[in-house]
Amino acid sequence: MILLIEQILNGLQLGVTLFLLASGLTLIFGIMGVINLAHGSLYMVGAYAMAFVAMKTGSFALAFPAGVIAAGVVGIGVEYLVVRHLYARDHLDQVLATFGLILFFNQAIILVFGRQPVFVQIPESLSGSVQLLPGLKYSLYRLVMIGVGLASAVGLYWLITKTRLGMLIRAGASNRDMVRALGVKIGGLFTLVFGVGAMLAGLAGVMAGPILSVQVGMGEQVLILTFVVVVIGGVGSVRGAFLGALTVGMVDTMLRAFLPGMLREMMTGPSADAMSAGLSAMGVYVLMAIVLLVRPHGSAGAHG
Amino acid sequence: MAETNINLAAGARSWRWQTAVLIGLVLLLAALPLLANMLGMPSLISLATRIVILAIAASSLNLALGYAGLISFGHAAWYGIGAYVVGILYRHFVSGEALLGLPIGSDQLLITLPAAMLITGLCSGLIGALALRTSGVQFIMITLAFAQMIFFFFVALKAYGGDDGLIIRRRNELPFVDLRENENFYWLSLLIAVVWILLLSRIVQSRFGAVLTGIRQSEPRMAALGIATYPYKLVAFILSGMGCGLAGALMANHARFVSPDMMHWTQSGEFMIMVILGGAGTLLGPAAGAAMLILLEMQLGAVTEHWQIILGPLLVLMILFWRGGLSGLWRQMMGTRHD
Amino acid sequence: MTEIVLDVRDLTKSYGGLKASDHLSFQLTRGDIHAVIGPNGAGKTTFIGQVMGDVRPDHGSITFAGQSLNGLSTPQRVRLGLARTFQIPRLLKEQSVEDNIALAVQARQGHSFLFWSAVAQDRSLLDPASEIMRRSALSARAKVPVALLSHGEHKQLELALALALRPQLLLLDEPMAGMGPSESRAMVQILLGLKGQVSMLLVEHDMDAVFALADRISVLVYGRIIASGTPQEIRANAEVRAAYLGEEG
Repeated sequence: MILLIEQILNGLQLGVTLFLLASGLTLIFGIMGVINLAHGSLYMVGAYAMAFVAMKTGSFALAFPAGVIAAGVVGIGVEYLVVRHLYARDHLDQVLATFGLILFFNQAIILVFGRQPVFVQIPESLSGSVQLLPGLKYSLYRLVMIGVGLASAVGLYWLITKTRLGMLIRAGASNRDMVRALGVKIGGLFTLVFGVGAMLAGLAGVMAGPILSVQVGMGEQVLILTFVVVVIGGVGSVRGAFLGALTVGMVDTMLRAFLPGMLREMMTGPSADAMSAGLSAMGVYVLMAIVLLVRPHGSAGAHG
Repeated sequence: MAETNINLAAGARSWRWQTAVLIGLVLLLAALPLLANMLGMPSLISLATRIVILAIAASSLNLALGYAGLISFGHAAWYGIGAYVVGILYRHFVSGEALLGLPIGSDQLLITLPAAMLITGLCSGLIGALALRTSGVQFIMITLAFAQMIFFFFVALKAYGGDDGLIIRRRNELPFVDLRENENFYWLSLLIAVVWILLLSRIVQSRFGAVLTGIRQSEPRMAALGIATYPYKLVAFILSGMGCGLAGALMANHARFVSPDMMHWTQSGEFMIMVILGGAGTLLGPAAGAAMLILLEMQLGAVTEHWQIILGPLLVLMILFWRGGLSGLWRQMMGTRHD
Repeated sequence: MTEIVLDVRDLTKSYGGLKASDHLSFQLTRGDIHAVIGPNGAGKTTFIGQVMGDVRPDHGSITFAGQSLNGLSTPQRVRLGLARTFQIPRLLKEQSVEDNIALAVQARQGHSFLFWSAVAQDRSLLDPASEIMRRSALSARAKVPVALLSHGEHKQLELALALALRPQLLLLDEPMAGMGPSESRAMVQILLGLKGQVSMLLVEHDMDAVFALADRISVLVYGRIIASGTPQEIRANAEVRAAYLGEEG
């Protein structure tokens, strides 16, 4: 029981990370019609910038905002230099150009930081654990992560439903011409949304940094998982991204936690562990296949 | 009317020209091992074999991507599965163990290649049937995700090497031909590539091909003509998967090694780049694109180990400014209109 | 003996609060040209979409030649003998006029799982295609890529593609929209030439064309048919004049 609650919290933590990525990805697609593969690179940039500042200054109070801001700045640069020219192009051009960006970012990181993973300690003030229930201690840092992730989700919900920018975002997602007719500079709106998406990705990278190793390729692994989230949640829907992210986070975590034990009961030998590792990695994709069979257009309505 | 006739005559003339150039090209490619040996550069043969095999994969992806407009970001999976069929059959041939209770190990190319195509056809049919329930950007994401799932499956498959892959100690056998000779294997790969591309060229000019071209340009139009597009897209997806499986099976023989890396998602990206580099929806463009990408990677690799930092922006620039790829250039040189 | 070829009963479709079809009932007699007119946003294109199966109605039934269309896909409906033109042309722009029409002929002939013979040498496709181009006054443009055609020619090709399917019922979504006066007149002549051979549901804003062509006219406002009758009856109907004709002049 204790183990289950712990794993639920772990699933929640992976879920909010995925939500931070998926919400940006799906907003950018919903509003600009662009599929951005380099979204994972922004996650990586956030993590590396955080690690760099943390190593140089030793201050997480500086490192965390630095990572988010770096991702935002790089994101806006990418929008200005490349993505802006892809709005009118088909998805194929968008995929290939942003694939080129991934190659660039990965090599650039290797040039600066090398191929070895960078490890960042959990900040001292957050390094302890909290007694949640009798017999259940849980890492304070992970709890804070969950809190920040959920707070971001609430903030995003508020931004989209209650503010003028959110109104424009919702209108822009359904009808670009209408937003233009309102006299809004659509280019500025696009850059702003892209920047917000980049910062959310950066935030995810910053928070994941101390509990994962910061390394080249971390962006693509999480990107593909984010795609699964977006497919399950429905393209363009932030509410769907939230539900999809939590589902994927839970399913992935639960399989990784409990599948090895179940398999070991059914078969013997060292191959059980390897097999369960692979099978649990496949789990979320099977989930995606099931969602596709039942509801080909995603589980949630658009533009929530 | 007169103008039309002139255009037609010019079209026929340039068509004859192109045929002549193509036959010349194939002859030149066939003579390449002799030239390589004369120049004392036998490593060229291995490079050329790689390019010819990747040309098969790129041309196959082109059927789905360039003609039917199905942007699959997961074709490396079919390439890898084709390779694994060869590797697994060889493994069982050597060990003599049964596979699922059947004594089916083999080292005969005439068995392993069709088996690779059959298995990839089944797998791409299964995944395609699911993925084609979506379209547009979802289809891109889903093909990428399913390919990643297959990647993880082979990583987990410790019985066949897992992460480390499988070594194939000897190339498959073919009656009367010694495939251990690199020249022979090159000629075989070239022959298969030529036959496969000719086959694809018949397919795209057929009624089936006409439907695929229509699907790319306007699905609502196809529905209004009374054509249910799903089965056509699925068959195109399967055929294109089988071609990649064929390429993978040849590559397994060429490299005598298979590993999950062959189905890494960047490999899918490279296949797409080959198609676009050469020109999507053209017959020979993807093959030319394969050659260009491999040679480009080699050249850049000779300059710096961080060659991707050049290739990435190069790719971005190409997408932004250079439409139509190599075949666009070719058409301009041959003075034919875009069609 | 008149036969109802298209029988629509109680069709309802709403988008949020907006009712595109509001308990809409409609009968089309075989051989007739039946025009549906109404102001913009009255739900005319949504009506065609529901008959063709692109839009699923919330409620109601559609019967074509005695057969219920409910639940059938667009291709299945086309195979039963329905065909449509699009208000905004949807054509294969990279292909020539001849390619487009040959594909329509091919679609009519049955399935296209034929992988070997080249379409470009197939007389069983090219001969009917050239006959259709001749009738649609497109022969001179046979080899021209569709992207290079004028707007009026796009509209002609839309009609030619629909006719290539040899439909029993043709749904025309504003075939004259965006055309100049002489092009419009030519289109009216082509449609008059088809009168009696094929039933037509004509959605059109060009009132001269409507009154020149239609055997019956129904007026659609806010998803409801407010009047239906012969052109004379519609012209005389005070409600219609107030709601629609008066404003348009």
